[in-house]
Amino acid sequence: MKGLAFSKRNDLEVLRDPLNLFFGVGFPIVLLLLLTAIQANIPVAMFEIEHLAPGIAVFGLSFMTLFSATLIAKDRSSSFLQRLYTTPLTAGDFVLGYLLPIMPICVAQSVICYGVAVLLGLEVTVHIVTSILFTLPVALLFVSLGLLCGSIFTDRQVGGICGALLTNLTAWLSGIWFDLGLVGGAFQKIADLLPFVHAVEMERAALRGDTAGVFPHIWWVSGYAAAVTAAAVFAFLRQMKKQ
Amino acid sequence: MDAIKTVELTKNYKDLTAVDGLNLSVRQGELLSLLGVNGAGKTTTIKMLTGLTRPTSGDAFLNGRSVLTDSAAVKAMIAVSPQETAVAPNLTARENLELMAGVHGFPKAQARDKVTESIGRFGLGAVADKRAGKLSGGWQRRLSIAMALISGPQILFLDEPTLGLDVLARSELWDMIRALKGNMTVILTTHYMEEAEALSDRVAIMKSGRLLLTGAPAEIKQQAGTDKFDEAFVRVVKEGQP
Repeated sequence: MKGLAFSKRNDLEVLRDPLNLFFGVGFPIVLLLLLTAIQANIPVAMFEIEHLAPGIAVFGLSFMTLFSATLIAKDRSSSFLQRLYTTPLTAGDFVLGYLLPIMPICVAQSVICYGVAVLLGLEVTVHIVTSILFTLPVALLFVSLGLLCGSIFTDRQVGGICGALLTNLTAWLSGIWFDLGLVGGAFQKIADLLPFVHAVEMERAALRGDTAGVFPHIWWVSGYAAAVTAAAVFAFLRQMKKQ
Repeated sequence: MDAIKTVELTKNYKDLTAVDGLNLSVRQGELLSLLGVNGAGKTTTIKMLTGLTRPTSGDAFLNGRSVLTDSAAVKAMIAVSPQETAVAPNLTARENLELMAGVHGFPKAQARDKVTESIGRFGLGAVADKRAGKLSGGWQRRLSIAMALISGPQILFLDEPTLGLDVLARSELWDMIRALKGNMTVILTTHYMEEAEALSDRVAIMKSGRLLLTGAPAEIKQQAGTDKFDEAFVRVVKEGQP
């Protein structure tokens, strides 16, 4: 009950920020429309809707890190958290209260993304539902990354790190916009060591209905999600103690 | 039983002793102002009393409950209105109050009643459904205190409640704080000497982590040999003793 009140507050804070709505929902839709339009004129296999939609679904989730981190960093800087630390809320209430409310927003974003993709020609199959379910570990990874960054950085730093750096890393190292194999070398090796390309490949496989193709990517994504979540909980509790 | 009793309460940060063996008692229903120049140890004292910081040594008891061994019980009986207006900006004033009622574990129906009562008591009706972040400083401060009080705390900590407010908003907040006297124990920190003098039953003056003296404003003026409270405060702090 206590934790629920805090979760509800966090949900409202994120959903009522118009910038969040634009970047969370509007921007992925704009990208889908734009790239589909380009694809219609200059056909590129990369931008075919069944290839593009999973990538945009993952890329859209990277903004959740920014939302989550900004919320936490602002709460820390405004002494709002200090006020709440003097209430009966427990450490678990805080961690879950920041992580859980953003997950349904992630799912809603993925539903909208695939919904728009259907309008743009994506075949309606049960695999869309599977793909949306497979976004859950990806969502946890990005939301936890937000908790981690929000616990360490100030709200200004968060804008640069999560808003610019992370979204660019996700864009460049995920294979959404170009085939990483074309670049090869160290670039591809680094990309393969990070979770972003695995998240996209996992989603693409899920949308194809290729169960075997989901592996080993899901292990990469889940492993990163678990590690980042653990680090985020540790960082949050540490700053909580410091307060 | 005292509402607050500190016993040799001490906090060290590496080489710095922020609070040094503080022994302070606050009576039930009393409004005590904690005064001191920057670095005197007021904020650290408040942080220890509210469970935000663990004392290095010593202990503090709030209505008999130790901040060291019974922090959950302490948190259930206190409320804090921080110096900065700590409100959720994208929530309405009403939702902010609902949030505080919720985190204190009130059932939905009771929370709703408490929010309605609080809106009436603090005259927040005109702004109840406006987002807190859009309210003026005075309204935000008023909301902040209402948020602190919604749980019906036995002990209230007000940290610089009127900082940066205009004369009218300050006067209105003073009236609100006066109305609390006797109903609950209030610890107030402020840099405004006229505020401490107007509102306090007693003041406690700290310097370099140590308690210099406690007493009613009139007693402190008398001991310092002046009829102006701000002068008395300066003398006490400069001389280290009245």
